[in-house]
Amino acid sequence: MTDQPVLARPTLRQRLADFWDSDIAWSFRHTPLAIIAALVVLLIFTAALIGPWLAPQNPFDPGSLNLMDGKTPPMTPNAFTSNSFLLGTDDQGRDIFSTILYGSRVSIFVGFAAVSLALAIGVTLGLLAGYRGGWVDSLIMRIADIQLTFPSILVALMIFGLFKGLFPVGSHNDLAVPVLVIAIGLSDWPQYARTVRSVTMVERNKDYVSAARIIGQHPVRIMARHVLPNVLGPVLVIGTLGLALAIIAEATLSYLGVGVPPTQPSLGTLIRVGQEYVASGEWWILLFPSLTLLSLALSVNILGDWLRDALNPRLR
Amino acid sequence: MDMRILTIAALAASTILAAPAFGQSFKWARGQDATTLDPHAQNSGQNFAVLHQIYEPLVHRDRQSKIVPALAVSWGITSDPTVWEFKLRPNVKFHDGADFNADDVVFSLERAMGPTSDMRGLLTSVEKVEKVDDLTVRIKTKGPNPLLINNLTNMFMMDKGWSEKNNVLKTQDFKNKEENFAVRNANGTGPYTLAVREPDVRTVMKANPAYWGKGQFPLKIQELDYRPIASAPTRIAALLSGEIDFVQDMPVQDIKRVSDTKGLKVNSGLENRSIFLGLNAGDADLKHDDVQGKNPLADKRVRKAMEMAVNREAIKQVVMAGQSLPAGTLVPPTVHGYTKELDAIPKWDINAAKGLMKEAGYENGFGITLHCPNNRYVNDEKICQAVVGFMGQIGIKVNLAARPMAQHSPEIQKNEVDFYLLGWGVPTYDADYVVSFLYHSKQANRGGWNATRVVNKDMDAKIQSLTAEVNTAKRDATIAEILKWAKDEATYIPIHNQALSWGMKATYDIPVQDENQFYAKYVDFK
Repeated sequence: MTDQPVLARPTLRQRLADFWDSDIAWSFRHTPLAIIAALVVLLIFTAALIGPWLAPQNPFDPGSLNLMDGKTPPMTPNAFTSNSFLLGTDDQGRDIFSTILYGSRVSIFVGFAAVSLALAIGVTLGLLAGYRGGWVDSLIMRIADIQLTFPSILVALMIFGLFKGLFPVGSHNDLAVPVLVIAIGLSDWPQYARTVRSVTMVERNKDYVSAARIIGQHPVRIMARHVLPNVLGPVLVIGTLGLALAIIAEATLSYLGVGVPPTQPSLGTLIRVGQEYVASGEWWILLFPSLTLLSLALSVNILGDWLRDALNPRLR
Repeated sequence: MDMRILTIAALAASTILAAPAFGQSFKWARGQDATTLDPHAQNSGQNFAVLHQIYEPLVHRDRQSKIVPALAVSWGITSDPTVWEFKLRPNVKFHDGADFNADDVVFSLERAMGPTSDMRGLLTSVEKVEKVDDLTVRIKTKGPNPLLINNLTNMFMMDKGWSEKNNVLKTQDFKNKEENFAVRNANGTGPYTLAVREPDVRTVMKANPAYWGKGQFPLKIQELDYRPIASAPTRIAALLSGEIDFVQDMPVQDIKRVSDTKGLKVNSGLENRSIFLGLNAGDADLKHDDVQGKNPLADKRVRKAMEMAVNREAIKQVVMAGQSLPAGTLVPPTVHGYTKELDAIPKWDINAAKGLMKEAGYENGFGITLHCPNNRYVNDEKICQAVVGFMGQIGIKVNLAARPMAQHSPEIQKNEVDFYLLGWGVPTYDADYVVSFLYHSKQANRGGWNATRVVNKDMDAKIQSLTAEVNTAKRDATIAEILKWAKDEATYIPIHNQALSWGMKATYDIPVQDENQFYAKYVDFK
């Protein structure tokens, strides 16, 4: 398949035209929900990407905050400083709009990095288990089964607990984001491994794999060049759904107070802070970050769902 | 089949009907649990809160903070000014039935003076405790100590026999994470006996049927159910839903909402406690900073700059919702030794502070970790977050490490932090308690909570002289001198005295006690 001789390189124009006519693009054009979701995702991703140039304030620089601005309602001048903020401020005088921009960056980065880590581990182990079979398969899959019996958020919490015990308190703030990535990534790999293994087991016995084996290709090359491209479809689907879950996991951990440092709030931290004030009338601290998280996770999820349907030949 | 459903229905109904029997208990919630029940292991209000229901001292402070008799009926200084005599209450029994007598007092005080006890800082003046007869005890002090009584209000009495039997003759070594039988079990003389102890979950205490105070106190509460609920919104939700009867630490932002709710009430008052930042000014180099080879906090100009950068008024208005009194000293206004002059608040002046930083050679600031409790004082972590901002304005990059008090306090006691937040209540109502624990250099029995690492032999001697000084005028002059030195050195940055708000079902109407000590035995209701 992949070793077919290439006659002529298609131009970019041709490629785009081919893509436009492809089943996936057709399906996208005819699913309004997917279009809306894609627009929302695009909007939030772009906003997060150019956030530092868009935000009126750097909420991660404590020195630039004025505590007296704290708890200002949206678009209302503060009683002490008469400063006004689009979406109001939190209890430390951070502009909510800026904090959402900066916080989404953290959430999205952690989401992507964690999914990449989970993918890397899951796909490698899944390929290995599916291709080799035997005791390798049993060992990897039993480990995956054991881990699947724990809710992934508990696994992530445990990894965080270990990290807090192993590293001195002073280093926690600097290491918080990498540890979040590791915690969420390590807690999510089994589902990738399972999917990849099952697809690999089907592909392993097909003729093109046997052919590659007969001409003496190295197993690693067979896994990487022949089997991997055929398992990527399903992996892409769970990867997209996994991104939404990873963003929520990051928010959950930060909500529980074990995630990012309080001076660099992510969406989850803002929601935790906002929750303390929701009963006392400062509703905006909770509302806007929650809406952002909701629309982000929902849209990514809708996209993932659509992708699953579009790639599934039986549903076409 | 029908029979079975009926049985199940009947069983379900019976549990619902049986529920009110448990509902008799008075549910009391706080943000954090007592760290141990060993009465001498930690000199800390959060432990005394529970211990005062189970154990009793010779004397304690009542709801108006007046010293009243508990296990001693009368006391006084004898003709020898270095000897105090206590007459003990007769016919008092411990929860296990053992008699309370002079042997127990001698044992308990000696236990509290032992090397692992955190209470011994209060008993430094004591030379010897002697039994005269079964109901008379004499305490001989190293010199006259007219204020000894003030130091005994949280000094709980244990049964000697019970302690021998359970191998708790020595106080739990809390700093080094020792465990002993007394950590989870208790045998006091108090109005309530310990029924269930699940650390950080709940502690159930039942009325002591043999309590000596029957008829003297209302003692209306039959069962006391103490529940630490760390999350403030959850605590308040529990009060609003009626699940909890009494919340001792109300978040300031919820005061209005709770007082506006029908059937609930909030009582407020200033606590006899100051909240402040401690600075390691004594070490040659700091562990938790990014300056190599020297200690930026050793420079008084840096400390003064940091003090000037703290905007106390903003903390009061925004973080505390008005529920605090900004302070310029660690001595609260209710305490002997306080003066208005001492309490003068350094002017908030970022430019002057920057100037001082530049003068000290830290124009570009430095990085340091601020260690902070997150469940002990009113909005403690939020205060620390605000401090991170204030310090950022003068170039000091602060890394905030917030954690529960149970992890925070041992590190202060063991000198493992460089920049930290702490609160200090003054149960003796005398400045001696502040300077002995917070300004005297760290030694076996003084300076236990002083992590500034400053050693000033001259001041240490002056602090030690306070205990035995009988001439009030001279003693007051020494206190003033020490506190003036303390203010000038700025090894601590006072922030404020926090106000207390107790939320409860209106039927109870419990007044705030300025030590933040709740006594279930006084609670009266219809």
